[in-house]
Amino acid sequence: MKTVIVKKGSSVSDKVFKIAALVAATYVLAIIVMILVNLLSGSAAIWQKEGLSFLTGTDWNSVEGRESYGAAPYILGTFVTAGIAMGIGVPISFGIAMFLSELAPKIMRTPLSLLVELLAAVPSVVYGLWGLFVFRDYVMNWIEIPLHNTFGDKSIIFSGTPFGLDILTASIVLAIMIIPTISSISREIMIAVPNSQREAAYMLGATKWEVFRMAVLPYSKSGLIGATILGLGRAIGETMAVTMLIGNATGSGALPQSLFQPGQTMASIMANEFAEASQGGLHLAALIGICLILFVIAFVINIVAHLLVARVVKSHEGAVLA
Amino acid sequence: MITIEQRAEFRKHFRYNVGRRLLVDKIVKGMAFGCVLIAIVPLVSILVDIFTNGSAALSFEFLTAVPGAVGSDQPGGIGPAIQGTLVLIGMSSLVGVPVGVLGGIFLSEYGTNRYGRTVRFFNDVLAEFPTIVIGVVAFVVIVLTTGSFSVWAGTFALSIIMLPIIMRTTEESLKLVPVTYREAGYALGIRRWNVILRIVLTSAKSGLVTGIMLAVARIAGETAPLVFTILGSSSFIAGLNGPIDALPLKIWRLSSLPYDSAVTQGWGAAFVLIIIVLSINIGVRYIFLRKKGGTLKFRTLGGAL
Repeated sequence: MKTVIVKKGSSVSDKVFKIAALVAATYVLAIIVMILVNLLSGSAAIWQKEGLSFLTGTDWNSVEGRESYGAAPYILGTFVTAGIAMGIGVPISFGIAMFLSELAPKIMRTPLSLLVELLAAVPSVVYGLWGLFVFRDYVMNWIEIPLHNTFGDKSIIFSGTPFGLDILTASIVLAIMIIPTISSISREIMIAVPNSQREAAYMLGATKWEVFRMAVLPYSKSGLIGATILGLGRAIGETMAVTMLIGNATGSGALPQSLFQPGQTMASIMANEFAEASQGGLHLAALIGICLILFVIAFVINIVAHLLVARVVKSHEGAVLA
Repeated sequence: MITIEQRAEFRKHFRYNVGRRLLVDKIVKGMAFGCVLIAIVPLVSILVDIFTNGSAALSFEFLTAVPGAVGSDQPGGIGPAIQGTLVLIGMSSLVGVPVGVLGGIFLSEYGTNRYGRTVRFFNDVLAEFPTIVIGVVAFVVIVLTTGSFSVWAGTFALSIIMLPIIMRTTEESLKLVPVTYREAGYALGIRRWNVILRIVLTSAKSGLVTGIMLAVARIAGETAPLVFTILGSSSFIAGLNGPIDALPLKIWRLSSLPYDSAVTQGWGAAFVLIIIVLSINIGVRYIFLRKKGGTLKFRTLGGAL
């Protein structure tokens, strides 16, 4: 009799379990709200003092009494390094994705893609260490000095003394770090293109490249854009490797002009100066303000990217299984 | 009528056309292969440099002793850093694993509604978030309110980084469990939560472990959030309310010191860290690859894994 009673009503334990799961899931949303609230309250002081000129100013002076903060050089520095990294990384990632999804022999695909994905497993600080003591010399001797000798100070972007710890080195290492992200998502999106598309192109006598260009690429376009934007989000938030390699200029000196000049990104200024900022001071509020800007940018980028990727992968899922 | 001359003309055009297209095809194929090589060269270079430079620093003392005075002849070791990393991993897992698994259960078993989709979406967004932002928030929430850098703050930050990864992998592996397993459970009169815990979770065990291990590998290498939360220290752990050291943080600090011995130690610490991270990654993938069909799902997190 007892079991019948239990089965009739919905049991308390079931409800408790469901609520526990619900709470755990809600925790994720709570974290995002908490991040926003804390960054807003932590940076309130700097918005009151500087207002919108915090976004456009180039001064960065933390000496007490003459404090003045402008985040523009770091915002620009972030977009310049991320932009150069994208310029280098995206074509290579698409090449990798194309090779792994279309060209490579079946037996090579899994090991090669694992190898590329291992690049993502290497911690950021290890990239920084390697960049600082190994890669820097290569960039300086093989790329920067030849470029500088060829174009010299006539061109703006190659002016300055090649030193190795500058925007270019940071951007190249950043490119290496975003390649696994973009290439693994792009590959998945290319695999999601239905084979009937490829077969139709093959039937017309197309070569592999033509199949890729005419059948695979148009079909996966919005997904590839999404993958690119996800890579951008990663490049913008990357901290340690950039901090160790970019040379860490501050204030208007950090405004990116030449590739061979030290710069600063939003993430790296936080990592560099957080320890020095006194608690409750304006300096700290300014750094948290930069964090808020970074948060907003990363949030928007990630939402756009996920919408693009999710749409493609979802609408093609049936086709992959068929 | 087509004359013989015209036919020869057509043939010439055809040959030219096909030859050109095949050439372009070959060039593109070569370039795509080149891209793969370009990506693999840095990986190999990093591994080779770390193994050659790092093995020079390795010794029993290096792994267990406290660091010596900066720049002195006795460089000491990275014992506190290794201990700190293990403590942080353990404590973050205590929070991140149960919450992440429960959240994953919600997404997979109860998450077919609008709320489930919202959580899933923001979970994906959170997984790709710059970790430095999470570190700064942990600083504001815990370090500023308690007034000191502490293990708690580090745990808080790292558990937030773990959470979305575990939630996502849990959801994906629970979804791979056939509905018939659940139905068999219901048919026996077992309640839903018992079915989920005893049948679904146990069937999806290997997927769960994979997700947890990948999350652990991820937080083992995180540096940026630790700068603001645990600060770093040169002695073994004194309590959960004080600062401790961690391997990635140690690497960063050592690399900025102008002494050769410090740099050698930095390589040694990187060697230990990369052994931990890569062995987890390769091990998990190897185990998982042998189970067919699962790999595709886990790649949805892309570079995060």
